[in-house]
Amino acid sequence: MKSLLAILAVTTALTIPGLAMARPVTLTATLDNYGGNGAYLALYVTDAQGAYVGSLWMAGAKSKYYEHLSGWYDATGGNTAEIDGITGASVGAGRTLEITLDLADSLFDAGYKLHVDAAVEDMRDSPNDVTVPLTTAGAGTPARGRRYVSSFAYAL
Amino acid sequence: MIRMLHRWPGLAAALVLIVLSLSGAALALFPAADRLTAPQVEAGLSAASLADRIQAAYPQVEQIRRAPSGKITAYWFEDGAPQAAVIDPASGRAVASADPNQFERWLTNLHRSLLLGDGGRIVTAAAAAAMLVLALSGAALVARRAGGWRRWFTPMRGPLAGRLHVEIARLAVAGLLLSSATALWMTASTFDLLPDGPASPPLLDAASGRTGAPVATMDMLKRTPVTELRSLSFPDPADAQDTFILKTDAGTYHLDQGTGAVLASSGLSGWQRVSETIYMLHTGQGAAALGLVLGVMALGVPALAGTGLVLWLAGRRGRPRIRGNVAAGQAGTVLLVGSEGGSTWGFAATLHAALSRAGQAVHVAPMSAFDPARYRQARHIVILTATYGNGDAPASARGFLDRLKFLRPAPAASLAVLGFGDRGFPAYCAFAQAVAGTARAAGWKMAVPFDTVDRQSPQDFARWGRSLGAAMGLELELDHRAALPAALPLTLVSRRDYGAQVQAPTAILRFALPRVTLLRRLTGHGFGRFTAGDLLGILPEGPAAPRFYSLASGRRDGFVEIVVRKQPAGLCSGQLHELRPGDTVRAFLRRNPGFRAGRGRAPLILIGAGTGIGPLAGFVRANAGRRPIHLFFGMRHLRSDFLYGRELAGWLREGRLRRLVAACSRGERPYYVQDALRREAAEIVQLIGKGARIMVCGGRDMAAGVSAALADILEPAGLSPALLKAEGRYVEDVY
Repeated sequence: MKSLLAILAVTTALTIPGLAMARPVTLTATLDNYGGNGAYLALYVTDAQGAYVGSLWMAGAKSKYYEHLSGWYDATGGNTAEIDGITGASVGAGRTLEITLDLADSLFDAGYKLHVDAAVEDMRDSPNDVTVPLTTAGAGTPARGRRYVSSFAYAL
Repeated sequence: MIRMLHRWPGLAAALVLIVLSLSGAALALFPAADRLTAPQVEAGLSAASLADRIQAAYPQVEQIRRAPSGKITAYWFEDGAPQAAVIDPASGRAVASADPNQFERWLTNLHRSLLLGDGGRIVTAAAAAAMLVLALSGAALVARRAGGWRRWFTPMRGPLAGRLHVEIARLAVAGLLLSSATALWMTASTFDLLPDGPASPPLLDAASGRTGAPVATMDMLKRTPVTELRSLSFPDPADAQDTFILKTDAGTYHLDQGTGAVLASSGLSGWQRVSETIYMLHTGQGAAALGLVLGVMALGVPALAGTGLVLWLAGRRGRPRIRGNVAAGQAGTVLLVGSEGGSTWGFAATLHAALSRAGQAVHVAPMSAFDPARYRQARHIVILTATYGNGDAPASARGFLDRLKFLRPAPAASLAVLGFGDRGFPAYCAFAQAVAGTARAAGWKMAVPFDTVDRQSPQDFARWGRSLGAAMGLELELDHRAALPAALPLTLVSRRDYGAQVQAPTAILRFALPRVTLLRRLTGHGFGRFTAGDLLGILPEGPAAPRFYSLASGRRDGFVEIVVRKQPAGLCSGQLHELRPGDTVRAFLRRNPGFRAGRGRAPLILIGAGTGIGPLAGFVRANAGRRPIHLFFGMRHLRSDFLYGRELAGWLREGRLRRLVAACSRGERPYYVQDALRREAAEIVQLIGKGARIMVCGGRDMAAGVSAALADILEPAGLSPALLKAEGRYVEDVY
């Protein structure tokens, strides 16, 4: 199921012309025990200029709450076509989200950044809870998020 | 039909609804508590001043939010760590943690999804839909039972469970309608079924490219009072294109961070406004008082579920099982039953058994299942029906009249209609009469003339059975024994004897209240609930048939009291007169709803003679509200059979009894109660003018004399006992 969605991710979210080579990447986000309902998470990529490139995953199914993921929402205008087929359930406090998808080689070591926006009902919104540059050297190095993500890493 | 719409959703959803209502009632407390504890905002404080104070305290502030309760929360960064706190608007500083209350969060999740995620949300939505159906169908049932929407709040009678169910529902139904309808809307909104989502971000005017304007100087923020503020998000100072985002009750504004100019604004859509209002109505957030009211109304749901279940069980018990019921297509005789409480089913079972014994193939069905096309073999159709309320169809006969009206041509089978009712009511057997009339008008052939059974009289039923048998060419002896309620032993506590000198030995017998189970108390069955005027059935030693005596006490009095005159050669009265304190007798209770004092402040004129004083004395004893009661009491001799003489004097002193007029038939000048009435004619007319109700209890001859006297008294005022009877203001309990 995850690999199927991952293929969709390549075809719908990150269709960048000329990107022929891709490699499987596993993204792991573990959440704090922040004491609230399940968190909505938006995972997306921006380029060296900070412009939105595409979405990798949306954890949380109800589009009316996406405006609280304000980094992703402002970048996409809340367009749910950006996350067609790559949407899953929200992630509970203390739980881990793990997804594997194919990412183009050219996204690495080229100034691209991976963002995680997080939001929890009745708690503060946390756009850019995690922002990490996509580098082959940085793979496997966990990063700490600002509010909800206790640990985030991507493994090649 | 409405009853079905009420019963099945109720039984199916009861458990979930109890969880939802209790959690909802608890949740209603939080907005009120927030409202009380939120730090107060000084009058006229602007969003600009508030933002300035908070920014002074926490320079890296990211967002300020104001909840509908007035609570202000700020979010900021300090030493790279995100912070959040409830803010005192006067100082701009943190006063309390902003973390959500864990218990409230748990309750909220229980309330909206039973802690089961989206699947649970669908279950709760289905329960809310059931609640909506229950509220609407229940309101229709209450209106029908009360006799119309205008009489919504008329007092109800009947067993405790039924009354509680209706009384609670009448108070709570508005809140339950509102809560369930808004719940459905909110579920639809949550599942994105409504176009009330946020608008796409608007196109912004070109930003000034500068940064660093102080929030205190921004026009838009200065113009916005804190009371209209919803949230203010601060921009990233490193990105000059980023803007302040101000949300108010009016809409969303993007403000340039260098000038404070409005770069874009958008209002709420109509759908969003409706959804916000509905959210407020459902949660009480922003309408704490309404929330509390809805919470209290929600507390009615567990009580409604409990009493509703009791009512349903009681209704099921009331209907006997018919053995050997022949299929509709094979039956030579079809027996249709219209019953509200179930007693008519008992008569149907007796008739079914007798006809079956006589070799007939008999099919029994509720009148609502009337389907003449299926009655291929039927030569006789027999209808036994009670009447509900003011001439309406009873529960099992709904829709029958309409079907009968459009039935052409009339079936070849002959018809017999027997009505069941109580002559004490003005609409005596009115529904049965309407059925017979409609059938006749449709050209249906009658096997026997329309007849009635008064107060479940086995004699009436047997007499009708003989004529039906004759018409069908059968010997038909209907020996109906109503399934008697289980009799309990009553222990005599005390007795007072009167009338020995006037050859009319009469005793007031007081029995201890028997122990009653909680279920009986709730359902109002048996001794669980009774009032003066109800009937005590005594099972004397020997014969199986009970004798009935009017009760002179209610359950609240804490004892069971009857007045018994020893009849010459009377078996039951003889046995009762031999009782000594400590002896027991087997008895059960039968309700007599037609003979109740009822509530209200209108005067009561009680007229009785001899043992007829019993229930009347009970009414006076129960008159704690000091309603004006005028009692006309006929006896033989003041010194011999002045029943309740001492109590009546006390009740006069206490104001429970306004006036006592005694008439003695023995003595130098024989004087009867009707003579006393004639003498007080002026006062009686005046009391009737004030809406007084007349209640007569005693022997048949006395009642006839009283009726004649009252006819004379009331005639000049253009009134008559018959007119008052039709209004339910003249009732008799005659033996």
